[in-house]
Amino acid sequence: MTTAKQKLVVVGNGMAGMRTVEELLKIAPDVYDITVFGAEPQVNYNRILLSSVLAGEKEMDDIVISPRSWYDENGITLFTGDPITAIDAEARTVTSESGRVSGYDALLLATGSNPLVPPIPGMNKQGVCTFRDIRDVETMIGAARDHRRAVVIGGGLLGLEAAWGLKRRGMSVAVVHLMPTLMERQLDVAAGQLLQRDLDRRGIAFFTDGQTEEITGETRVRSVRLADGREIPADLVVMAIGIRPNTTLAKAAGLDVNRGIVVADNMRTTDPRIYAVGECAEHRGQCFGLVAPLWDMAKVCAHHLAGGEEMLFTPPALSTRLKITGIDVFSAGALTAAGEEDDEITLQDAAQGTYKKLVLRDGRLVGAVLYGDVADGAWYFDLMRQGTDVADIRAGMIFGQAHAETGGKGSSGVSVAQMSDDTQICGCNGVSKGTICRAIAEKGLTTLDEVRAHTKASASCGQCSGLVRQILAASLGTDVVAEAEPAMCKCTDRTHDEVRRTILAQQIKSMPELMRTLGWKSADGCAKCRPALNYYLLCAWPGDYADDAQSRFVNERVHANIQKDGTYSVVPRMWGGLTSARELRAIADVVEKYAIPTVKVTGGQRIDLLGVKKEDLPGVWADLGQAGMVSGHAYAKGLRTVKTCVGSEWCRFGTRDSTGLGVRLEQMTWGAWTPHKFKMGVSGCPRNCAEASIKDFGVVCVDAGYDLLVGGNGGIELRGTDLLARVGSEDEVLEYCGAFMQLYREEARYLERTAPWINRVGIDHVKARVVTDEEGRRTLHRRFLYSQRFAQNDPWAERAAKGMAAHEFQPLRKVG
Amino acid sequence: MADWIEIGRVEDIPKPGSRLVETGKGPIAVFRGTDDAIFALHNRCPHRGGPLSEGLVHGHKVTCPLHNWVIELENGEAVAPDVGCAAPVPVRVADGRIWIEIGMRLEVAHG
Repeated sequence: MTTAKQKLVVVGNGMAGMRTVEELLKIAPDVYDITVFGAEPQVNYNRILLSSVLAGEKEMDDIVISPRSWYDENGITLFTGDPITAIDAEARTVTSESGRVSGYDALLLATGSNPLVPPIPGMNKQGVCTFRDIRDVETMIGAARDHRRAVVIGGGLLGLEAAWGLKRRGMSVAVVHLMPTLMERQLDVAAGQLLQRDLDRRGIAFFTDGQTEEITGETRVRSVRLADGREIPADLVVMAIGIRPNTTLAKAAGLDVNRGIVVADNMRTTDPRIYAVGECAEHRGQCFGLVAPLWDMAKVCAHHLAGGEEMLFTPPALSTRLKITGIDVFSAGALTAAGEEDDEITLQDAAQGTYKKLVLRDGRLVGAVLYGDVADGAWYFDLMRQGTDVADIRAGMIFGQAHAETGGKGSSGVSVAQMSDDTQICGCNGVSKGTICRAIAEKGLTTLDEVRAHTKASASCGQCSGLVRQILAASLGTDVVAEAEPAMCKCTDRTHDEVRRTILAQQIKSMPELMRTLGWKSADGCAKCRPALNYYLLCAWPGDYADDAQSRFVNERVHANIQKDGTYSVVPRMWGGLTSARELRAIADVVEKYAIPTVKVTGGQRIDLLGVKKEDLPGVWADLGQAGMVSGHAYAKGLRTVKTCVGSEWCRFGTRDSTGLGVRLEQMTWGAWTPHKFKMGVSGCPRNCAEASIKDFGVVCVDAGYDLLVGGNGGIELRGTDLLARVGSEDEVLEYCGAFMQLYREEARYLERTAPWINRVGIDHVKARVVTDEEGRRTLHRRFLYSQRFAQNDPWAERAAKGMAAHEFQPLRKVG
Repeated sequence: MADWIEIGRVEDIPKPGSRLVETGKGPIAVFRGTDDAIFALHNRCPHRGGPLSEGLVHGHKVTCPLHNWVIELENGEAVAPDVGCAAPVPVRVADGRIWIEIGMRLEVAHG
């Protein structure tokens, strides 16, 4: 190593340039002092994902590749918003717009490309933009906020992604395309038509064979006029008809330029000190707009910058996918048979909306177009790249890898285990299955994020994430990858458990403070996190936290169950399933007085009054309250009912007073809020008429005492209870029950029933806390009772008699 | 030109939250964001007609109480992947009073 470092100047702070720098730092970190000039004000971001930002699926922060700290850590000098305006190849200096002059020993041009802008009258009007950088996306998002109608010119990959993004932002969108079918460079006619049909169904209008003649309007665009006379109203026009390599600088410096900056196999331009990579470069007459060849160029260029001689660039085979949620398109190689010696195999399933076409030449696969079902894309692409002789599998290959390799006896769908190590999994970054498997084994990776960080597989467009996850699962020998606990929702990166720990550790007692402390990304959360946070705060600080009605689902806000027609159902509490003549009479009177259409007995032994109008709710409650009835909380993530059998008082088999015990349990637990609904049952003998073994907490009375059962569920996923313990007295039943509920309240995630919670933490953990640890059990039970002091207020009485939340039940105004 | 009708005050609506206005053109949900922005939509979710006025309001969106569709308050469009639109109602705020205009028809999208 020489004492003085050489100077490398990079013109262009985009994906290709920075990838080259990354590769260079990997193999020769100390050779160069690196200076980067970027025209855009931002750091290097993933341009491919701009369409996801436009569609609202990602935020700008999500698509940054190299934060400013990365440049600092690697000693790179970065000038953003300061494009290079001149190269003096003889003096070996560059000059920037702001007048900075930098000398270089090696210069890397990574100036990318500019959108093609056709010479159409009206291009300079307000509301006309291209789709290339962050500023364009900001323009479009702004237009979607203030305007309704967008026209996208260009029905290729970029144009369609722009159209979909604008549609998702609420605009009505039309696409003008010069050719008869969409994406004609990547799709054959049949697939192009399927794509148009599907997008049409999603509300995007198409004008194919449409040649734009003029953009009309005064200062702002008003419409797009086509050559055949059609005119489409527009408040926003997005030009997405293609790109042109940005070669101005290179041309002025006297380098050879055709369509792009001419480079040799070693990425050198005609000046040996000057290199070019990315969309601005032209290699053997070909320019590239997809990311995979750019990564290859970066690797080759870094190799030569570091003094290597051997590695040469050869253009890789290319495949394309479209990033429109729910629309799966894959295309690689030839789209149609070129002549008589080529064969086409097609498969179309109109009902499923799938289409596959394979193009064969000399017994080898040379092209594939897939629509709707792209699971086998990687396999076909692999057969193409390998030049595999497919004569033996030809008959079945259209049905996919699983079918072809098992003679049709295998299960449908491709197994990653069947893929060869050479199969390319991530097209963007050129990562093979073998590379991923080696990284997993050598570095002990266990999560998708780790695999992404180490191999870059699925790090660019992300569409191969599913395959990478499958490979990870297969490598780890599990069915599914143990995901790290996911973030609560899109408003935060924090998990449920982290949030709860923070609430307790920092004694946070209000939602705004909690969101501030944890750096919530949205101003006031969303419908997922707000109810959860409200519950967690309430559970942690029952005496201090002021419940936030506006963060509760409607049922818990108005204390009734919303029905499909917007009316409500009312279920009064009947302790342990017991009722009386007085209560029944009051119910009958209410039904007649308010013309309640349906009266039904519920599965939890209560009476359900269905079809109550919202404004009648306070009146219904007042009348029921007169007869001594309170809310049955049939709407709550909380204690629902305690179902009982008649027990020893009447039943000839009954061993104990199950009804009486049920009443005691319900009186202790009513009004409790829990992570999800909580149901109980008490049976007087092992015949179990109260179905206690599918309840969250069940009791089965036996001669020797009481069997306590937990974690049952009779819903979508049937789960029988686990035996928690056998106890000898009713008082013990109550203590165990309170302790169990409190443990569930404190440890389960919001909207997690007891069944999945116990599956997650294990029944042994629950037993250790509630059964083995006696002092712990009593503490849990005490905490439960303390919380109940604040929870056991009848919400109906508060609203009917005390006029609480009156605004809920009256319209703001009646007009006309 | 249809008339603007005063329907109440900004502080009559929970923050964030919504209230219902009964009109001859059907029920209209009026929303208030935490930033005091006011919006109005016909009170029908484009999915199954759920009452949006009963939904949870967050940012400039409301989540329908029936099946959790998320609707943009600004223009009534469903947030993807769902597709549909709850008809927006023109709304103005002046001196803390809210006005709506319900005589108008929804502009027809082209295509």
